[in-house]
Amino acid sequence: MSSDRFQAPDYYQIDDLLTDEHKLIRDSVRDWVKKEVSPIIEEYAQKAEYPIHINKGIAEVGGFGPYIPEEYGGAGLDQISYGLIMQELERGDSGVRSAASVQSSLVMYPIYNYGNEEQRKKYLPKLASGEWVGSFGLTEPDHGSNPGGMITNFKDKGDHYLLNGSKMWITNSPICNVAVVWAKNEEGRIHGLIVERGMEGFTTPETHGKWSLRASRTGELVFDNVKVPKKNLLPNKSGLGAPLGCLDSARYGIAWGAIGAAMDCYDSALRYSKERIQFDRPIASYQLVQKKLAEMLTEITKAQLLVWRLGVLKNENRATTQQISMAKRNNVDMALKIAREARQIHGGMGITGEYPIMRHMMNLESVITYEGTHDIHLLITGMDITGISSFRVDQ
Amino acid sequence: MKILVCISKVPDTTAKIAFTDNQTKFDTNGVQFIINPYDEWYALVRALELKEANGGNVTILNVGTAENDPTIRKALAIGADDAVRINMDPTDALATATQISTYAKENGFDLVFTGKETIDYNGSQLGGMIAAQMDLPYVSYASKLDMNGNTATIERDIQGGKEIVEVDAPFVLSAAKGMAEARIPNMRGIMAARTKPLNVVEPVACENSTEVVSYELPAAKGDCKYVDAENAGVLLDLLRNEAKII
Repeated sequence: MSSDRFQAPDYYQIDDLLTDEHKLIRDSVRDWVKKEVSPIIEEYAQKAEYPIHINKGIAEVGGFGPYIPEEYGGAGLDQISYGLIMQELERGDSGVRSAASVQSSLVMYPIYNYGNEEQRKKYLPKLASGEWVGSFGLTEPDHGSNPGGMITNFKDKGDHYLLNGSKMWITNSPICNVAVVWAKNEEGRIHGLIVERGMEGFTTPETHGKWSLRASRTGELVFDNVKVPKKNLLPNKSGLGAPLGCLDSARYGIAWGAIGAAMDCYDSALRYSKERIQFDRPIASYQLVQKKLAEMLTEITKAQLLVWRLGVLKNENRATTQQISMAKRNNVDMALKIAREARQIHGGMGITGEYPIMRHMMNLESVITYEGTHDIHLLITGMDITGISSFRVDQ
Repeated sequence: MKILVCISKVPDTTAKIAFTDNQTKFDTNGVQFIINPYDEWYALVRALELKEANGGNVTILNVGTAENDPTIRKALAIGADDAVRINMDPTDALATATQISTYAKENGFDLVFTGKETIDYNGSQLGGMIAAQMDLPYVSYASKLDMNGNTATIERDIQGGKEIVEVDAPFVLSAAKGMAEARIPNMRGIMAARTKPLNVVEPVACENSTEVVSYELPAAKGDCKYVDAENAGVLLDLLRNEAKII
């Protein structure tokens, strides 16, 4: 891959809405991505491997649990800082951002918010430092958009719980040291359990042959009579709202992250269009190319303002699940459309690994589906404004 | 060992350059600023390496207004122990050097580092002026520095080779590429920088030695002519008869 000459667009001077520390954090992560991710990510994506050696670096720039308090190994940062970190990581690759947002929002978040002090002290520092990798088990083969129908379950066996079932499409499953798994108890109530690698009956087969998020490990979590110690149950929240709370946090990070991918595609397309000569003129001089570029920047600017406002609301603990759905849906869709348009501008070069476009585009096909599909998020908005659920017949 | 690292705030290399006030002032509107790379990547990082190897203290010094504080905070995030900002809008090299040398003399440093030049005005004057005002040895354009006790062995890139000099501390040095490898602030550093001291001191009275009359942008690039690789004769004709350079 050619050298990373990325320059971030800031058409509305949105930087003025950020603090000096926000900008320092963002620029540090941006520099780190240029140095450590951009030079290697294409090769890892081609090989379908996750560059696990960068986990230490992700930890050092605050990518694992930035909003978790310092006493547990986090950085105690605000939500806009978290968003900016996700934006910069996804500017490098959605797979790298996925690793960071799963660890932060789907593993550290529930352990911090729903766990007890012993669990926090045992797991959070190792996850924050990147020493351990975490995964999150909610989706099942037959329960994606409808996680409440999950089959995975556990039974109280006196001194332990007996866990059975399987989870699918789990980021980091093949390399995780620990998994936060959502399962129903004998009364059908959903609880979170911390399952550690090495527990008998717990396996993590890998999903191969992906055309998307290739620089990310994906797999299953399979539980065959796994004896889970009782102290591994997250005690402070149960019910479907518990995993959905994690997803709110992760989706918020995705709304920021998608802007990173979009900015990378736009930046590359802008540069390429000014350098690529056809009919004796740079293709940037043609109206159809300018239309694409102008619309890209317009959409990026709108998305930037959307997440900034959402970040302010989140900092004030006022962001709703529905607002987060709107931002995740809008921004990922925006990024995917920009990736496709940027691919057009790059012509044939756009399909090669010389440019990040096709990798971003293929990644975003996953991002638009995971953590709530594009359609379901729209129906969440529909339900919010009409008061009528179109996908839950019981309501 | 007490090390003073002088840093300057400069426009990002991608900034669009424009002037105001009848071409006498740089237009800062919409411009992103960074630490001068020679100050940050080489002078500061080598100072930190020396501190990490031998102990001591690294102080950042900047002559500037409060607008420079975020830039200074980044230097603290990279690892400097404390910082001083001399509260004055720097106007020329002599005035800036006078502020730095006055502060450095009063506070006693073993080593004073600057970058070899700033990437905006490219003056390359500051280090020499500071050394002269402090009556200290000056080694410019240093690309390698090793300390053995109080004695430094320094490599300088010169035309066609290297010059290796020895000098005893205290001395003033301007750092060039090769001195160290740039460091990216990590989250611990950024958090620690929140509470590191950034002392603001008022400037001493001094006068400028120069005055900027006006700035000019480079002449706009002419149109490019594309010549097919098969037609070397056309290229030669253009170079000979139109550009008149062969």
